[in-house]
Amino acid sequence: MPRVRVAEGRRTCPLRNRENTITIAQADRFRDHDAMNVHSRDWSAFVTKAPSGASHIELAVEGIHCAACMARIEKGLGRLPGVENARLNLTTHRLAVDWQPDATNAGAVVDKLESLGFKAHPFDPGEMRGRDDAASRHLLRALAVAGFGGMNIMLLSVSVWSGNVTDITPETRDFFHWLSALIALPVVAYAGRPFFVSAWAALKARSLNMDVPISIGVTLAVAMSMLQTIQHAEDVYFDSAVMLLFFLLIGRYLDQNMRRRTRSFAENLAALRAETARLIRPDGSTGDVPLSQVEPGMLVLVAAGERVSVDGVIEEGTSEIDQSLVTGETRLADVGLGDRVHAGTLNAAGVLKVRVTAAAKGTLLDEVTRLLETASQAKSRYIRLADRAAALYAPLVHTAAALAFIGWLIAGIGWQPSLVIAISVLIITCPCALGLAIPAVQVVASGILFNKGVLLNSGDALERFATVDTVVFDKTGTLTLPDAALANADEVRAEDLELAGRLALASRHPLAAALARASGARDPVTGAREAAGSGVKATVDGVECRLGSPKFCDVAEDAAAAALALHPDASLIVLARAGAAPVLFAVRQALRPDAVSVVADLKRRGLHVEILSGDHQAAVAMVADELGVADYAARLDPRGKIARLEALKAEGRKVLMVGDGLNDAPALAAAHVSMSPVSAVHLSQAAADAVFLGESLAAVPAALRTAHRAHVAMRQNLVLAAAYNCIAVPFAIAGFVTPLLAALAMSASSIIVTANSLRLRFGKAD
Amino acid sequence: MDVLIYLIPIALFLGGLGLVGFLWSLKSGQYDDLEGAKWRVLSDDDLPPDQRPEKSAGAE
Repeated sequence: MPRVRVAEGRRTCPLRNRENTITIAQADRFRDHDAMNVHSRDWSAFVTKAPSGASHIELAVEGIHCAACMARIEKGLGRLPGVENARLNLTTHRLAVDWQPDATNAGAVVDKLESLGFKAHPFDPGEMRGRDDAASRHLLRALAVAGFGGMNIMLLSVSVWSGNVTDITPETRDFFHWLSALIALPVVAYAGRPFFVSAWAALKARSLNMDVPISIGVTLAVAMSMLQTIQHAEDVYFDSAVMLLFFLLIGRYLDQNMRRRTRSFAENLAALRAETARLIRPDGSTGDVPLSQVEPGMLVLVAAGERVSVDGVIEEGTSEIDQSLVTGETRLADVGLGDRVHAGTLNAAGVLKVRVTAAAKGTLLDEVTRLLETASQAKSRYIRLADRAAALYAPLVHTAAALAFIGWLIAGIGWQPSLVIAISVLIITCPCALGLAIPAVQVVASGILFNKGVLLNSGDALERFATVDTVVFDKTGTLTLPDAALANADEVRAEDLELAGRLALASRHPLAAALARASGARDPVTGAREAAGSGVKATVDGVECRLGSPKFCDVAEDAAAAALALHPDASLIVLARAGAAPVLFAVRQALRPDAVSVVADLKRRGLHVEILSGDHQAAVAMVADELGVADYAARLDPRGKIARLEALKAEGRKVLMVGDGLNDAPALAAAHVSMSPVSAVHLSQAAADAVFLGESLAAVPAALRTAHRAHVAMRQNLVLAAAYNCIAVPFAIAGFVTPLLAALAMSASSIIVTANSLRLRFGKAD
Repeated sequence: MDVLIYLIPIALFLGGLGLVGFLWSLKSGQYDDLEGAKWRVLSDDDLPPDQRPEKSAGAE
């Protein structure tokens, strides 16, 4: 029995709590239900074949807390006949399994994991990480090469520096310089590539980024040192060039790594939300396929209680669907043959067969996609702080170097010594501190936010978060929880609630699921029969019981209306027993537990708060009233939301938009900066600058606070870098800079900037 | 100073060995799961059962 195995899971890992086992028990029940009523799942679309003939699959695994879980999974799967290798990555929570296709299959692996108490879902092999990993590895290799080169050149340079003040012979010095050149040339060519490529791309696009002065500085330093070496000079700058690359690559790698961590986490979430479609093949068989393999014209099966994963037209079946993720409307809508359904809606009642269609003209999706495109284009005009600094810094430094060259030339010391001084100006101005000033802060700040459950989609979002003065919330799914909850638990008797909960376990309707959760019932009534779309019927202790819509339970309309008057935004479920008065349960979308305090907190901090919703007036008014928000608008379509955001922008406000629905996606892209909860539709998550996890809205003020502190630290770093240059540049122009001084100054400024960024982490907790 | 003729190639060779070692460990995936590696080192599963130390409470 599943429950016995779940109990085993609880024993070995101290962190697997009781709630967890309940959800797993429910998952088991659903799976059994699935197996009986629909069919077993077919994962073959996710399996890749190794050259040796073994099958391979990558799974995102949920519920891993510690090393004991890792050992359980690897050993448990190892016992499965045919499994050759199972290795769990504890950093990314991903599992790689290889097996002999004739001995077992992917379904058995997933089932085994579920029996061990872990929910797993395969990745789409088509869109797996690849590119990110390659970029990150390339940076790490470049970093290793620069580190190796830097150490060896420094070894030779220190010998030369100490020899210069004692008794080194010119021959030995030349030999050391040639050796340095031998190491530096290939190292710079390899480790400098990330900067050269990016600088070239920027120049081709006729713009300047930080990589342009870096590339110019490094190239000139190497070229000049080569010349100096040939001419038997005392000073060469190979060490400066390689050290510069080493420091900058550290910043670059950390930045890349942070992005990769966020992305792999987001991918796991996407995989665990099972963004797959159950395809009905022409021969009538079914199989789960990744969404990327679904094409218009295919037929897809959607069971009751599942999310619709595609846009299409219903070909068979009738049902009620919950469109709250798409339109913000909380009331269920009846759909039938020929009606259009959207990805992200929840199929509440019956089994549907949906014919996939592309976004046709005039549909909601088409409208959203079009608005989204326009909004994203408008937004790309934002110029990042780093690029603004680079645009200011590069001309200034290059002018200073040119002036130094011309000045010394006029002073009559000859063109070559003048050029040496000009290049030493470029080296000492050290874009190194500037190059680290902003990435270092972004890495630290996004690490802090990651620990608070906020995943940043883009690094520059932090800068935009810091300037926000208005917060606009969507209602459904953002201010409220994505799942419905019982509103009148204190008005009904405990035994009624328990019986209703047990009956509700037989149904996958979202309202029934809410009732089952509220009652905590775990023991379904045997022999309960569900009438799709209306309710559940069963005989308990010889008494006939019904649970369902007021009509299904023969409740008079005026009684239902009276109950609805008390809870205007709720839906009713009735428990009826022969010979007893019917019991009414009001189920509605509850506010997130800390919504009131978060909104109050935001207002206390002087931010203007608004609610823009697609739901009906009464429901929005009630939530706005509860939260104390004076400005709200209801029944808005995507265009209406954007119009309101444009109006706010015209007033000069910087808006943070928080939303989750398909209808919010264009507004999320249009806002100055945006966030969406992890339960949001895919399109909205992609459009938002940050995604937050969990039920708490506290992520919103936390992101604002962290971003504010990060922004302060970034500006401090830029000021530090500028101050350093103000001191160093006159020395360089005067011609006092030796390679030793350059190395010291460069390391010192980089360390100061990095230390200032790390201060964020140890700053006052909030 | 003639000794430099030997010492410098040796120094470079040893440094290069370190670099190659790092690149190899990177390529063979040893940096893919730093979180898991720190736990795997504590696992006794690679020992035959009779050589494992006494189990402490809570261990698998």
